Amino acid sequence: MHEMSLAESVREIVEETARANGARRVASVRLEIGALAMVEIDAMRFAFDVVKRGSLADEALLEIVETEGSAWCMQCSKPVAIARRGDACPSCDSHQLQVTGGEQFRVLDIQIE
Amino acid sequence: MCLTCGCGRDEVHVEGEVHTHADGTIHSHGHGHEHAHEHVHTHADGTTHSHAHDAGHRHEHAHEHLHFGAGAAGNSVPGMSQARLVQIERDVLSKNDGYAQRNRAALAAKGIFALNLVSSPGSGKTTLLVRTIELLAGKLPVAVIEGDQQTSFDAERIRASGAPALQINTGKGCHLDAAMVETALTRMAPADDSVLMIENVGNLVCPAGFDLGEAHKVVVLSVTEGEDKPLKYPDMFHVASLLLLNKIDLLPHLRFDVERCLANAKRVNPAIEVVQLSATTDQGMADWLAWIERGALAARKQRLDQVASLHRPDQEVASLQRRVAELEAQVARLQPR
Repeated sequence: MHEMSLAESVREIVEETARANGARRVASVRLEIGALAMVEIDAMRFAFDVVKRGSLADEALLEIVETEGSAWCMQCSKPVAIARRGDACPSCDSHQLQVTGGEQFRVLDIQIE
Repeated sequence: MCLTCGCGRDEVHVEGEVHTHADGTIHSHGHGHEHAHEHVHTHADGTTHSHAHDAGHRHEHAHEHLHFGAGAAGNSVPGMSQARLVQIERDVLSKNDGYAQRNRAALAAKGIFALNLVSSPGSGKTTLLVRTIELLAGKLPVAVIEGDQQTSFDAERIRASGAPALQINTGKGCHLDAAMVETALTRMAPADDSVLMIENVGNLVCPAGFDLGEAHKVVVLSVTEGEDKPLKYPDMFHVASLLLLNKIDLLPHLRFDVERCLANAKRVNPAIEVVQLSATTDQGMADWLAWIERGALAARKQRLDQVASLHRPDQEVASLQRRVAELEAQVARLQPR
């Protein structure tokens, strides 16, 4: 459940930005979570619901943009999609893959009032 | 406990400190919380004193109280106005990574080779550490930061082997973070050119995402676990530089396929190095010690190079002047005639 401390970091970033922009409340928070970011999305939703209480984001809606994992297959010499680490290349079944995307875990933007 | 992150405010503490919060409220972590409470401080020399703070007192002393996390939550004000979109695009782990970079720089300046040991509970990390310290005695000084949810049993075991050790209890927390390690480093001040072993909380999931400022993560897997663990917990094996396959003295009694296990580890991390060993029979320990000594030597060399460059300002200036001249020549070549 490291999602709890990650959710706490999200709330810190959100509140910091909201205060700096003179917000009275945060209406929504948009996160980007890559498939290889080591973040469980359901756990993240649960954790954010807990940590937002009593904060400027108390009533904020959480929107999560999920990005696919991607890798460069050395055998095929082409980019391929992977769902998790340790997956094989969907074309040639090789494990000689270099991850190129899907590791991001960012706060994209917030809507404030 | 504090509901904000699980690693409860009252529960996260470094050995030698007890905090009793009189109000018993559940609140967010941080240094800005405002409420009445009482502290009991137990000092290294054994003396204890307590004192109360009134509500409104602000904490700004992370070096005395290990409260990790955000400041106190603000109040939301209901009411309608025009909603505005504010772009942020910031990594959620950026704060932890900032602490980790500071730790890394502080360790490099002292030539300390730091390892973050991760594994599931019961893999034999502490026994391995104790034996490692015994075998390195007289060759390399070792200091240990012990992370556990509760108790200081492990730090006591380490100290009995002759190395300084500091226990961090994370309470409900499932991993160490870089801020905790920074505080521990300030507290224990390991010697120059030593090895720092950070034994993380026994957990193959959560510690994977948190950089502590270490040189390497080292994952310990014992042969009494399954050979498919690298596939079940790929993130951890992906971020580790070295896999220590422990308890190999038990192999004759088990149906554990070493080759399959290592193939699985290479599948999630083709670059992972492997040492097979037993901390109870010393089999393979020489390879592990050699790996540590190589890293410690490199860290020491880096520190000495740094010191040497600081002590030769004339050469530094001369080298910078040469570089400036080169760049000027480059600019001159690029400028249209």
